Amino acid sequence: MTTDVINEQDSHDSHEAEHHDDHKMTGLKRWLYTTNHKDIGTLYLWFAFIMLLTGGALAMVIRAELFQPGLQIVEPDFFNQLTTVHGLIMVFGAIMPAFTGFANWMIPMMVGAPDMALPRMNNWSFWILPFAFAILLGSFFMESGAPNFGWTFYAPLSTTYSNGSTAFFVFAVHIMGISSIMGAINVIVTIMNMRAPGMTYMKMPLFVWTFFITAYLLIAVMPVLAGVVTMLLTDTYFGTSFFDAAGGGDPVMFQHIFWFFGHPEVYIMILPAFGIVSTIIPAFARKKLFGYSSMVYATASIAFLSFIVWAHHMFTTGMPLFGELFFMYCTMLIAVPTGVKVFNWVATMWRGSMTFETPMLFSIAFVILFTIGGFSGLMLALTPVDFQYNDTYFVVAHFHYVLVTGSLFSIYAGAYYWLPKWTGHMYSEKLASWHFWCSLISVNLLFFPMHFLGLAGMPRRIPDYALQFADFNKWVSIGGFAFGLSQLIFLAVVIKCIKGGKKAPAKPWDGAEGLEWTVASPAPYHTFSTPPTIDDEK
Amino acid sequence: MTTGTEQNRNTQQVNSKKTVKKLVLIVFAMFGFGFALVPLYDVFCDITGLNGKTSTTAANVNEEGIDTSRIITVQFISRMAKGIPWQFEPMMNEIKVHPGETKLVKFYAKNQSMRDIIGQAVPSVSPGRAAIYFQKIECFCFNQQPLKAQEDVEMALQFYVDTELPEDVSTITLSYTLYDVTGKVES
Repeated sequence: MTTDVINEQDSHDSHEAEHHDDHKMTGLKRWLYTTNHKDIGTLYLWFAFIMLLTGGALAMVIRAELFQPGLQIVEPDFFNQLTTVHGLIMVFGAIMPAFTGFANWMIPMMVGAPDMALPRMNNWSFWILPFAFAILLGSFFMESGAPNFGWTFYAPLSTTYSNGSTAFFVFAVHIMGISSIMGAINVIVTIMNMRAPGMTYMKMPLFVWTFFITAYLLIAVMPVLAGVVTMLLTDTYFGTSFFDAAGGGDPVMFQHIFWFFGHPEVYIMILPAFGIVSTIIPAFARKKLFGYSSMVYATASIAFLSFIVWAHHMFTTGMPLFGELFFMYCTMLIAVPTGVKVFNWVATMWRGSMTFETPMLFSIAFVILFTIGGFSGLMLALTPVDFQYNDTYFVVAHFHYVLVTGSLFSIYAGAYYWLPKWTGHMYSEKLASWHFWCSLISVNLLFFPMHFLGLAGMPRRIPDYALQFADFNKWVSIGGFAFGLSQLIFLAVVIKCIKGGKKAPAKPWDGAEGLEWTVASPAPYHTFSTPPTIDDEK
Repeated sequence: MTTGTEQNRNTQQVNSKKTVKKLVLIVFAMFGFGFALVPLYDVFCDITGLNGKTSTTAANVNEEGIDTSRIITVQFISRMAKGIPWQFEPMMNEIKVHPGETKLVKFYAKNQSMRDIIGQAVPSVSPGRAAIYFQKIECFCFNQQPLKAQEDVEMALQFYVDTELPEDVSTITLSYTLYDVTGKVES
């Protein structure tokens, strides 16, 4: 009798009704119409991986051109298109969707919710993404070629001097922005309203916390990005003068508005990584995370500070001394909460019973290599020396250390950690450690010499260089090709794991904690239709 | 127990709607904030002289007296923006002034093309923090300069440097960039 009543209510409730339909759909329709958070998470993750390979392929061409001094493979203008689109794809197509994929898959399971709060919007926010990147990549085949002004699209390079594809770039960025904003709203609403009874904010897993804060950053700065590209569009095509000095505008203002978005953006790409690593290290050190609440407060302080440091990207634009000092000190202040995090991870590992499965290997590599990237960031924060480092390969080395060995490594760590839960099979540990060690060695060969190149004065975004940089560039390129190829091992691991392998138990890692391990592996299509009970002891 | 869960769901949905409304509001507010940064930036720069922009309105004649103990070198630079076929240059490259002393300098401009062009000179002062102390009583940059084909003109700039100019500034560079604004803004 009770069940009948519920079924009747269900048919009124469109969301519920759709869930039941989802089961029956097959093939392409299942993925097109899905409102299931696990399906959408999977879509995001595959999309991100495809974009990673696409952006990686562009980087291969860049490294092939830079293998030797002189121009041999591509024209300078096409080289500029490559660096621009490589940056845009990796930031908006690979790293951000990968984290959103994790959020979709894991957050409802981690907080004990049956699905995301807004399942239809969830479908929409994923499915507009492929169109954004189709537009962006499609501009390669236009007469004028793809955007060539760098992913930072500084005016007037992107207005007065841009090529014919600028409008396509602007609309692609608009769509990416809308997608991120919808994804962020969904996460916040889910976390605020759908936690299982008894799960207070300070009991939430750290990945949920970090993504919660990231989502706030997203809704705060993605609209600013949308605004600045809109100004760019009207400056280029409709005769406004936001950034045009002739009409009373100011090109430097572009940089202020862009970096007001751009700096929180870099934390959007690293905070979820902190969350993933904070989940994995305790699991394989078999100890509780050291300093849970300090981790939460550190994340929140980093997010706050990220709004008042933007002009450290602009030290050489002729700021007054006071401005340079203010932004320098604020930037250096970020090292404090970040240091808290690094020490907490080390303290978690201290005297733990550590084992070194692949997720843990990637996490430890993350802690060490991200810290290297953090230190070069501190060097760049120092105004006087930034005048030397600005626009050199030192900057390239810095942000690739934090984004590749930081964000990307954490994504791999998370993927290996949750693959058994997603597929129901254990991945091949042997193949996975090949992936790890090949990546680790090649990524350092790829990015570490860039520090020296930058210090010696090699400028970034230039297809040619002086002869004295030839040897280092050769090694960097070899590292680049090796790193690119190593990522195909990951593809092999994942395909093998989906097809079969040792059956994964509900909780394959004995030190793991969290609600996601209380459901079977692979996770059933619907989990926590009735909320779990959270015991006070955690 | 099941009905309890059901009620729980309903309150969840009501709460979710409230949260969504608030978040959408934040999104629109931040989109607006992006555009609000434009006037805010202008105000901020007016006060601090951050971007080396000088005042776009004429200053009053100096009545504060002349500080003869200091000599300031004022240098003049001119450059043409892309695609304006004019000759445009200062008639003297630099001038030495006492703070408070009013000086008149001239710039020469000639339209070398065979069509009528409206030019607009945009000034910029370096070091930027000297910008608010550079007072222009009369300047050709306050107006647009229409020049017929092959026409030439001498344009006047009357200025003084404020006596409040920071002690460590001894050289001020005034740079004019000339833009072609024909057909852009007719005023």
